[in-house]
Amino acid sequence: MEKLTYRFAGGSRALPHTAEVVGVVSSGNLEVLIESAPLNGDCAIEVNTAALGFGATWEAVMRDFHERWQLTDTRIAINDMGATPAVVSLRLDQAVETVLGGPP
Amino acid sequence: MDWNTIASALFPRGHDITERDLFLSGTAQVGETRVAVVGTTGHAPIGVEIALAQARFILQTVREHPGRPILILVDTVGQRLRHRDEMLGINSYMAHLGKCVELARRQGHPVLGLVYDQALSGGFITSGLMADACYALPDSTIRVMGLPAMARITKVPEERLTELAASNPVFAPGPENYLRMGGVREIWQGELGAQLEAALAELAPVDERAALGLARGGRKFAQPVIEAIMAGRDVLAS
Amino acid sequence: MSSYLELSARERLAQLFDAGSFTEFLPPKARVISPHLAQLDAPVAFDDGVAVGRACLDGRTVFAAAQEGGFMGGAVGEVHGAKLVGLLRRAIAERAAGVVLLLESGGVRLHEANAGLVAVSEVMRAVLDARNAGVPVIALIGGANGCFGGMGIVARCTNAVIMSEEARLGMSGPEVIETASGVEEFDSRDRALVWRTTGGKHRYLLGDCQELVADKVADFRAAAIATLDRLQVQETALSLAALEAEQDMLARRLDRFGTLEEPMQIWAALGIAEPRSLPLLEAGPFVEQVAAHRIGAN
Repeated sequence: MEKLTYRFAGGSRALPHTAEVVGVVSSGNLEVLIESAPLNGDCAIEVNTAALGFGATWEAVMRDFHERWQLTDTRIAINDMGATPAVVSLRLDQAVETVLGGPP
Repeated sequence: MDWNTIASALFPRGHDITERDLFLSGTAQVGETRVAVVGTTGHAPIGVEIALAQARFILQTVREHPGRPILILVDTVGQRLRHRDEMLGINSYMAHLGKCVELARRQGHPVLGLVYDQALSGGFITSGLMADACYALPDSTIRVMGLPAMARITKVPEERLTELAASNPVFAPGPENYLRMGGVREIWQGELGAQLEAALAELAPVDERAALGLARGGRKFAQPVIEAIMAGRDVLAS
Repeated sequence: MSSYLELSARERLAQLFDAGSFTEFLPPKARVISPHLAQLDAPVAFDDGVAVGRACLDGRTVFAAAQEGGFMGGAVGEVHGAKLVGLLRRAIAERAAGVVLLLESGGVRLHEANAGLVAVSEVMRAVLDARNAGVPVIALIGGANGCFGGMGIVARCTNAVIMSEEARLGMSGPEVIETASGVEEFDSRDRALVWRTTGGKHRYLLGDCQELVADKVADFRAAAIATLDRLQVQETALSLAALEAEQDMLARRLDRFGTLEEPMQIWAALGIAEPRSLPLLEAGPFVEQVAAHRIGAN
């Protein structure tokens, strides 16, 4: 297993005070836990992944996600079983849409 | 291990246990008490017949000898792996056996399990693990599955499993590990008859295995999780 | 109409119980994960593969659990098992109208096998404790992974089992039997044989499941409500008389069918005129057709 952490500053969109989990950690998939947290305005993401050596890909997907949503004071945790970047993006978007109640 | 040898050591005051097709049943004298004895031998695979035979004996004891303590002697390689057993609903036969043990306990029969040779998975959860308390002999084997098969299914290399097994009680075979998990109350050494008599005197019909597992360090999460849910807390007590 | 089979554990909870009524104990944000998986380089889940909590079923307060087949096949580890035990004990403490278990599991989780085995036996005892305290426990089985191993035993410790025709209930999965005893003993790729042997229809005919429903959440819900209604006025605890009746039922099953080799022969022995037609029938017509022949109709 590999643990990757990312932290992005400068977001503007806050989440309501609920936590949601989206997805299931099955083979080739992942689960996302998203919740609001006091992080001085940052969005912190922690990834636990079974696929080693994909740090650069994860970083790109996470940066892209942050640019799309601009979340502030948000903590995201991901348990991954080797999902593709497309699935990661999809689940992240679903997670945010679930807590916000709709698309951006 | 020959069950006769164990029976002689356990019951110095005598017994009338007989074996039929790997199924053991009878009674024995323990101190001043007559005890019902039921179980298996010869590393019995637990199929529908032997599960039903054990259940029948326990129900008969409940019906005819209220309150008589029951000793379950465990030696099994687990459930029988046959198409026929699945077709006949072997899980129902094993659940029935487990329910009969539970009924006996409810009706005031102290129930004690003893792993004297092998105890594997399905054969163990409906016998020794359904008793008020389960004990084991030091040379016994207790496990769910051998490490090679476990390596195949978990896709963790066998060498890695073997290495981890040395330090981790959670999947390595052996009675000591089940002791640490709380699944086995005690490992008996020395004079078996006296230990059996003492154990029968202190049985309690409450499931304390998660608490034991916590106290012994083998299962640090089970009891805190149970307590958190009971108390409506979303964090575990440290 | 939602297929029960295709839903995740959380979706089943949301759709089976009264809308918005499920309140989870130790939810994912509590992050109570397995302490054993990391050392084997296996991924964890925030709920350890089971969601437990309180819900309403047709207005009645019940306790509910749903195993997630997508996470390690719904297998039971230390935390997963303890969540089920805690739920059952709390149901007793709060005198719940019932406990509804949405089971989908291959049994003990091998990565933490010893803890899982003890945990499953604790779940068995907790189910029977609940029944003894007057809290009915029912099991719903309809997930793609079936209900096997220790959880196959747990299912038969409950007051009633509700299955879909696609569901499977047994002890050892066909792959395990094929690996141990050879392909001539049980060909795990013969899906029709697998379903005839462990599927909902066969279990219903033998009396190992009390209700057979179509693979629809609404049908599972209706059957759960009806079963819970029925159990409010029945004795839920184990009794000598009930277990002696079960002993007779299981002994008769062995006498009548013990020498047969194929489930269809059992169906014929039950007096069903065209056993070959059974696998093709929808749940409704199937139940109608076999009503007079199945064992343990009550």
